[in-house]
This record gives sequence, structure tokens and C-alpha cells, in this order.
Amino acid sequence: MEFDSFQAFMQMGKHGAFVWSAYGITLVVILGNLIAIRRRKKNVIETIQRKIKREQAGL
Amino acid sequence: MFQALKRLYHKLGSPKYFYEMTGKMLPWLIAATVLLLVPGLIYGLAFAPPERYQGDSYRIIYIHVPAASIAMGGYIMMAVAGVVVLVWRMKMAEMVARCLAPIGASFTFICLVTGSIWGKPTWGTWWVWDARLTSMLVLLFLYIGVMALNSAINNAQSAARATAVLSIVGAVNLPIIKYSVNWWNTLHQPASIKMTSSAIDPEMLFTLLSCIGGFYCLFAVLLINSTRCEVLQREQRSNWVKKTVGAV
Repeated sequence: MEFDSFQAFMQMGKHGAFVWSAYGITLVVILGNLIAIRRRKKNVIETIQRKIKREQAGL
Repeated sequence: MFQALKRLYHKLGSPKYFYEMTGKMLPWLIAATVLLLVPGLIYGLAFAPPERYQGDSYRIIYIHVPAASIAMGGYIMMAVAGVVVLVWRMKMAEMVARCLAPIGASFTFICLVTGSIWGKPTWGTWWVWDARLTSMLVLLFLYIGVMALNSAINNAQSAARATAVLSIVGAVNLPIIKYSVNWWNTLHQPASIKMTSSAIDPEMLFTLLSCIGGFYCLFAVLLINSTRCEVLQREQRSNWVKKTVGAV
């Protein structure tokens, strides 16, 4: 461990704001991607299922 | 060997085969992502030694470099898929290329933002029109251009062909990014890691390699999941999709 305390870990030797904002923004962008893909998957599957139901009702 | 590769190529060209194969691969890829990325980032943030001149601000490297590598690797992949689309008219390549653009743009954005944040305490400025920074910004605009072109054309196949041309022409930018730090001597430092020798502490190097590997697995997970949605959507008339989705 390079840091003596949790506080020192958060401060990153005066650079805490830079390091943690960089990691934070990265996390947000990746989570955004994951959420967007998950939502799209749900949409696509629901659309196809609705279509199947309509086809079966039409038969 | 060549025959086996050819068979694999034809198999991968089938959306159904792609969907089934990636379904089996995904859990392993997710496990690899977690196993490489979590220890890599924890070690990079808390255990790796500080940099001699930059202190702890250098810890941004563990996301900046992997993101930059994927930004370029993703673009290479998109351009290669573009060639496959134009030459062999492969439908799977169209879908992969389409899904690559927003993911590649995300990683390029991460690379630019983390680089900018790193630049402030290190160079004293958020942004300079340095060759590396500028060519990377051009890469982001290329990705956005591909996304815009894809959504501007309604017919999926014509959209794929138009964006294939754009992404192949845009590939000119890749060697410029790669060699910009050698051609122009401005702020951005040249590469620290090379195949033959590395100007970097081994402890930092292994941490960084673990993060790069983890980011690539994460990229693969995102790309595969996104492409699977695209496959379902485009193949929705086929029986196997109806069966797959109906069973969910």
C-alpha cells in the first residue's frame, strides 16, 4: 500500500480531484454504454415478441 | 490451416452462428474483464509506486492508455469490417461496424477527457493543439461522423456501404495518431511501452498491461452485447430469432 490512511488515498498527494474525476467520468461513460445496450436489448425483444403475438392472433 | 480459417469465416458470417457462439463466450469474457480490471485498477490506484516527477496524478495512466488503445483498435476493426462489407458484402460485418462506432466514440471520449484532466497538473493546461491531441480529436469526430451517417440513411445496407467508405478513408488518421509523437516534438510524450524495451517500472508495467487487457475484454463485452441486439433486430423475420425470443 502506497498510502498511510484512507484520507491520503483520497487526496492522492494534492492530485485527488484530478485522479478521482478522471476515474469517475470513465465509470459514468462505461455505465452509460451498459445501460443503453441493456435498454436496447429489452426494446428489441419486446418489439419482436409483440410481433409474434400479432402474427399468432392473425392466424 | 487456410481451409479451417475459411470455414470459420463463413460460419462467423452467419448471424445465427454468431449469436449462438457469442452467447457461450460472454460469461467467460465477463469473468476475464472482472479478473483483469478490478485487481489492475485497485493495484494501480493504491499499490503501484508513485511516479518520480508527477507524484500520484500519473495514476490516470491506468485508464488513459487502455482507452486510447481501444479508441484506435476499435477504429482499425471498423475500417477492416468496412473492407469486408464492400468486398464480400457480409451482413455480419455491417452489423459489427455499426455497433462499433458509438463504443469506439465512448473510449475516444474517455481518452481525451482523462488526458485533459491529466494535462492540467502535469503540463499546466487542459488542452493544447498538440499533434497527438488534435489527431485524437479528429478520431472522435470520425466516429461521430460514422454514427451520424448510419442514422441518416434508413436502408441498413446502403448505410453500411456509405459508412464503410467513410471509415476506410478516415483510417488515414491512424498512422498520424501513432507517429504524431515522433514526427512533431510538442507536449505529448512518446510511447513508453515498446515490444523490445520499456521505459517504465515493471510493477507499473504489469499493472498497466492488466488494465489494458481488462479494458479490451470490457470492450469485447460491450461490442458483442450490442451486436447481438443488432442481429435480433435485423433477423427478426427468421425462424430461429422467433424461437429464441419467444422462449425468453
